[in-house]
Amino acid sequence: MKYIDEFRDGAVAQTLAGKIARLAQPQRNYSFMEFCGGHTHAISRYGLSDLLPANVRMVHGPGCPVCVLPIGRIDMAIKLALQHKVILCSYGDTLRVPASNSLSLLKAKARGGDIRMVYSTLDALQIARDNPQREVVFFAIGFETTTPPTALAILQAAQEQLTNFSVLCCHVLTPAAITQILESPEVRQWGTVPIDGFIGPAHVSTVIGSRPYEFFAEEYRKPVVIAGFEPLDVMQAILMLIAQVNDGRAEVENEFARAVCRDGNRKAQDRVAEVFELRHEFEWRGLSMVPYSALKIREKYGAFDAERRFKMDYTSVPDNKACECGAILRGVKRPQDCKIFGTVCTPENPVGSCMVSSEGACAAHYSFGRYKDMA
Amino acid sequence: MSEVKRGYIRPLDLKHGRVDMTHGSGGRAMVQLISELFAKHLGNTYLGQGNDGAVLPAPVLNGQPARLVMSTDCHVVSPLFFPGGDIGCLSVHGTLNDVAVMGATPLYLAAGFILEEGFALADLARIVESMARAASSAGVPVVTGDTKVVERGKGDGIFITTTGVGVLPDGLSLGGAHARAGDVVLVSGTIGDHGVAIMSLRENLSFEAAITSDTAALHGLIAKLLATGADIRCLRDPTRGGLASTLNEIAEQSGVGMMLDEKTIPIKPVVAAACEFLGLDPLYVANEGKLIVICAAADAPQLLDVMHAHPLGRDAARIGEVLADDHHFVQLTTAFGGRRIVDWLAGEQLPRIC
Amino acid sequence: MCLALPVKVIEVGCGPDGEHAMVDLGGVKKEISLALLDDVQVGDYVILHVGYALSKLDPEEAERTLALFSEMSESDLTAP
Repeated sequence: MKYIDEFRDGAVAQTLAGKIARLAQPQRNYSFMEFCGGHTHAISRYGLSDLLPANVRMVHGPGCPVCVLPIGRIDMAIKLALQHKVILCSYGDTLRVPASNSLSLLKAKARGGDIRMVYSTLDALQIARDNPQREVVFFAIGFETTTPPTALAILQAAQEQLTNFSVLCCHVLTPAAITQILESPEVRQWGTVPIDGFIGPAHVSTVIGSRPYEFFAEEYRKPVVIAGFEPLDVMQAILMLIAQVNDGRAEVENEFARAVCRDGNRKAQDRVAEVFELRHEFEWRGLSMVPYSALKIREKYGAFDAERRFKMDYTSVPDNKACECGAILRGVKRPQDCKIFGTVCTPENPVGSCMVSSEGACAAHYSFGRYKDMA
Repeated sequence: MSEVKRGYIRPLDLKHGRVDMTHGSGGRAMVQLISELFAKHLGNTYLGQGNDGAVLPAPVLNGQPARLVMSTDCHVVSPLFFPGGDIGCLSVHGTLNDVAVMGATPLYLAAGFILEEGFALADLARIVESMARAASSAGVPVVTGDTKVVERGKGDGIFITTTGVGVLPDGLSLGGAHARAGDVVLVSGTIGDHGVAIMSLRENLSFEAAITSDTAALHGLIAKLLATGADIRCLRDPTRGGLASTLNEIAEQSGVGMMLDEKTIPIKPVVAAACEFLGLDPLYVANEGKLIVICAAADAPQLLDVMHAHPLGRDAARIGEVLADDHHFVQLTTAFGGRRIVDWLAGEQLPRIC
Repeated sequence: MCLALPVKVIEVGCGPDGEHAMVDLGGVKKEISLALLDDVQVGDYVILHVGYALSKLDPEEAERTLALFSEMSESDLTAP
């Protein structure tokens, strides 16, 4: 597969591993956060940590939109399916996230909810066309990568004058999440966030460009390297971050130059701006209320807003007290540090969101890396 | 005087006819369905006995009374017809394979059908014909069966249960608990073909790909492997849950660990690409015509030769080894050079987007 | 962050509004939407995410990045 296989070459990985080992100064420790869930998954799936020297550590950030989706939002989706009897269309990742009353979307389906997994908003629109007598709601989650498709779906629905289609909008924004990490309580406690730099998300950046990260580099003096999705991209980005840290630089570098430019995809940004506006604040699982971090549907397209159409209120539901997802998402604790990791909380019976999504730090560690804890 | 022939019954309309409740009631309609459809294609002396149970000769192998192996499988695959097969041949192959991996020679099959009111007879005929072909190629007759009909909406078209019986030679003992440290893990061919062939047709996931299910009867290949006299500990066909699930089962049963080499696991490039599209890990995707062989290390080369010489084993490969491990982990050295565990499947594999 | 793939465009102008394209990845073909991009030609590679092309892949940059991986710097070439 072109543009995939070359970026997974094991021999080149050894070359890069060698370079990283030589560049990392033995007397210091490096802690980098990869923000993006896709990067977390790549690191685990390819066993990248084995190729890094002991003093270079990867911290998994909150870039998994499933992981940061609060229980209350899933409750809304379940309510739409079970009480309002809509056809609820959802991406696959969200189906198993545990919500209130021991339910998840999958369990709600077992109770009779018409919940359908879709790969794309295009599928959801088709379901709406095919079922004119039923209400169809698309459960829209995701960061900036996934938002333009939702915008287009609403624009398409408006153009076709579909009267039975609406969207439950839970889109969130990357820069806001990064700010939360940099301003987390631990920062106030320790004076600094224990992270030396960020690996910037790959595909979010194709949409928003590299420009938005310049603020973080300048304001917080942390280097950011935007990395492609493949394991070699991640290794190269780590190398570039180590170089920046050694040099005392805090710049935005773009390793994913083959798909990301400074301005991003203006057409996609415009479509998003047409359909959505910022929410004043939004609850993120594990990060609590974050200002200006999420989107809602503009009044102009209000007919397609499921929250308006079905008059839904949001009720916050607190996480299990033992759940350390919050600290894990902020990168200040590791999955192993959570008291219920691997015992009460497992992929079969996830208590928190970090365990549900395969890109969550806990699921990734449990599925791919827990053998290391046992050694 | 009427010109109508005595005893004339209008034949089933296999082109446009549908299953209705009378076909399951035990009356004339059911008898007709059985004789014009099931018996017509599956017919043999045993089925022809026409009784509630088939009377079979006592199992004997090489002049000695033999042990019996019995296995049963339920088939609910959707869609019913897919590239490379259908629920009919799948149900035959699946049960034959479950009997054969125990080291037994399959002798007889039984088949039960639950039909939904409204199911097209044309589709039913197609499925039964496919079963008949599969059974006949394998040389294993369907000796008894049953049919029931449920109301429309209460059954997804058709469900099939097959049961198989075979004879096991003396002294042969294969099983998931026999793997030991130092043994080698072989696989008979490319993984993930069946699961991806099915996914390519499912509602809401559509793409055109030249991928066909690998559904096949493996007992011929298995007989050849056993004939070598090699030290085979365990044979298993990795179906739902894929290679990873089956290997975890064996590791758990035997109380051992495994180390696989990702580079050696055979997979068709187009299946790998489809898994990329869907965010699936091919290790967990279903197969229906593949064999896992756990054997003594010294015997691996010979067994691989036997597989390579057989049409169902052309892409056979050695993919790993068995180790001592109290945690019973199945681990993998990635093509990239790192290491990870290949864990039990959590829930159902859902395609990822994020 | 989200699962996105580089795919090759093999046909454009498909779909109800002519805004769809057929793409190929390793022999798997799918119809996707080009509504978020302008000026896509047959033979181009695009990044595909949830049924939409999000950006075009620049082949020259890709080659440059690959070369960067294998590049040996001065310090690499000298003895440790």
